[in-house]
Amino acid sequence: MPLIRQIRSLWKLSQAGQIARRYFVTNGFDGALTMLGILLGFYTGGEVPLVVAISACLGAAVALGISGFTSALLSETEERKKELKELEESLVAPLEGSDYGKASQITPWVIAAINGLSPFLISLFIIAPLWLEEAGMGLPLPLGPLETGIAFSFLAILFLGIFLGRISGTFWLWSGLRAVLIGLVTAGIIFLIGGNT
Amino acid sequence: MAIVKRILLDVLKPHQPGALEFSQTLADLDPGYRVNLRVEEVDENTESVIVVIEGEDIRFEEIGQAIKKMGGTIHSVDEVEAEGSPPASSE
Repeated sequence: MPLIRQIRSLWKLSQAGQIARRYFVTNGFDGALTMLGILLGFYTGGEVPLVVAISACLGAAVALGISGFTSALLSETEERKKELKELEESLVAPLEGSDYGKASQITPWVIAAINGLSPFLISLFIIAPLWLEEAGMGLPLPLGPLETGIAFSFLAILFLGIFLGRISGTFWLWSGLRAVLIGLVTAGIIFLIGGNT
Repeated sequence: MAIVKRILLDVLKPHQPGALEFSQTLADLDPGYRVNLRVEEVDENTESVIVVIEGEDIRFEEIGQAIKKMGGTIHSVDEVEAEGSPPASSE
């Protein structure tokens, strides 16, 4: 069997594509909203040293990444084991050396990597303006680094919404704006809480 | 040793790979193989298929391994067509 077809077959067998897409959006959204929440918290809280904001955001990004990776790895491994066992019972034969056996071992790692990297990379993208400012390479924008970071959060949320619209076959702009609306509601709640403390 | 020209197998396999990919994989084992696959019964997790393979020299072991690798199991070999190989020349 040609190698490409084998890889494609394993990918198809494991149905990893659709699961990975779902996890990418779900956990990516987690990352974007968490960063939005932290940045808005700092923004409403008043003057905060940039290095503190970067450390807090980076800490949350790492935690989200590790949480995403480990939770997906544990749950997917168990889920795949269960599926493989059920299939083995139906076939009345072991599937250890088969493509199914291989797919059930590899897939949890691939999905875990996507689940972990998605919020981590999106968080890094969002805190990039803060980093650049701290490194003396601030973006030539009429906004401060915190405001730019908040704008980047909405950009990431819009991108995830559009991506979701593309895979679900709905109008991409509507899907993107709906995601932004969720971000705006979140921001409103944070402002409400932040303004009262 | 006689050469096998045609075999008919009763195979139980998972839904994936599908009939098309399953047949292509078996046909790819040898450029001369012709594969015919018919789905007989579909269950929740599995399907029973009848696979007919024709070729100049069918290597059953290799076919069995390929089916096993795709998660299938051969229930039975229902038909075989074999041809005696010509005796080796003494010259």
